[in-house]
Amino acid sequence: MSHCADLDPALLLSRVVAELDVHSGEVAPNHAVPGQSSLRVGREDLVRVAAWLRDDSALRLDFCSNVTGVDWPERTTKVKVRREVEGAIKEVEESRQVPGCLEVVYHLYSMTLKHGPVVLRVRTGNRADDVAVPSLTPVWRSCELQEREVYDLYGVHFQGHPDLRRLLMWDGFRDHPMRKDYLGPDDFEYEPTAHDEVLERAREHGRGAQRTGGAS
Amino acid sequence: MASDPRPPLKPSAPGAILTSLSELYNWGRSNSVWPLQFGLACCAIEMIASTMARFDMARFGSEVFRPSPRQADLMIVSGTVTKKMVPQIVRLYNQMPEPKYVIAMGACAISGGPFKQGYNVLKGIDRFIPVDLHIPGCPPRPEALLHGLIELQRRIASQTLVGESRPRHLVAEAPSEFAVPVHGPHDIIPPSNPGVWHPPALTRSSAGAA
Repeated sequence: MSHCADLDPALLLSRVVAELDVHSGEVAPNHAVPGQSSLRVGREDLVRVAAWLRDDSALRLDFCSNVTGVDWPERTTKVKVRREVEGAIKEVEESRQVPGCLEVVYHLYSMTLKHGPVVLRVRTGNRADDVAVPSLTPVWRSCELQEREVYDLYGVHFQGHPDLRRLLMWDGFRDHPMRKDYLGPDDFEYEPTAHDEVLERAREHGRGAQRTGGAS
Repeated sequence: MASDPRPPLKPSAPGAILTSLSELYNWGRSNSVWPLQFGLACCAIEMIASTMARFDMARFGSEVFRPSPRQADLMIVSGTVTKKMVPQIVRLYNQMPEPKYVIAMGACAISGGPFKQGYNVLKGIDRFIPVDLHIPGCPPRPEALLHGLIELQRRIASQTLVGESRPRHLVAEAPSEFAVPVHGPHDIIPPSNPGVWHPPALTRSSAGAA
């Protein structure tokens, strides 16, 4: 499989705008060594874009090989803004709250044209109550199991999924273990060779340490 | 008539008949230890390998892996015990008839192994059922499992029918079934069975010095 020019996310984005009239998309850059940027679209357009990626004669992305999730907790970033300070315009640093969200990542390949991957991303509104995205199981059958896994471990609700149940954890489990603020069960009563984080938790055990976060 | 000059028959000092009976009983028990046929992770592959021609567990009378707990004598906990699986394993153990033995095979079954701090991994099956033998390794080689089996046979053979060293199933008050934990909203409930396992005493150096 090779990465051909047709699959460049910037080109895909322009085609999505021109052919589907979808304007919620953007290119999510990747500054790491692989440099594989991806196409991120809004939730409302996800199914249309996905069906187009599958059916377009130049793309034929007929196989969704991987579905995974990313947890983006709320964070503060420092941005430089120009502002008037004491009569002069100066560049000052301001800290801004970046709202958290959950992201679902799809890796798409074409078995017909032997190319790929295209990385498709979609984000939820937040991490608490607005966690629904449309399911892509109707577009790619192979998404079913992996979307269940993302639902189980991240808590993303896939609307239109035929069988959205937990996959790895049991049915009555309430947390989503892959979230950054998840704290596992407090069963650190016997840690003979503990160090670092485990040692901290082993010391806290029995002092009434209570779980926080992870629940939704 | 004078009273019987012989000393009374003490349970701790069995006579020739009881000793012979005990030896026969132990010979039978120790040479047909039938394991329960189930595997949990990669240790199960080694367990399977130990039944195959090269290692041939059949030499020690344990070739008959039973698909039903009703017919099994030995539970080889071969692999990582996830918290999702704990109730099923305890239930399988409860369904095995006495006399029954448990071998914790490999680092995961003993302590959780490399997954010890995982949120969904039980830190040792001895938290819920009594383990007779621990076989370390990740995974243990088939030779190690055979060594464990022979050691178990040796222990069975050293037991007596009466007295302190009698097997657990001949002790009337010893439990043969253990509470099955349930899946709670955050963890299994209870996280361990205090009737089976207590955390060993651990003295930690003061904070700062690890």
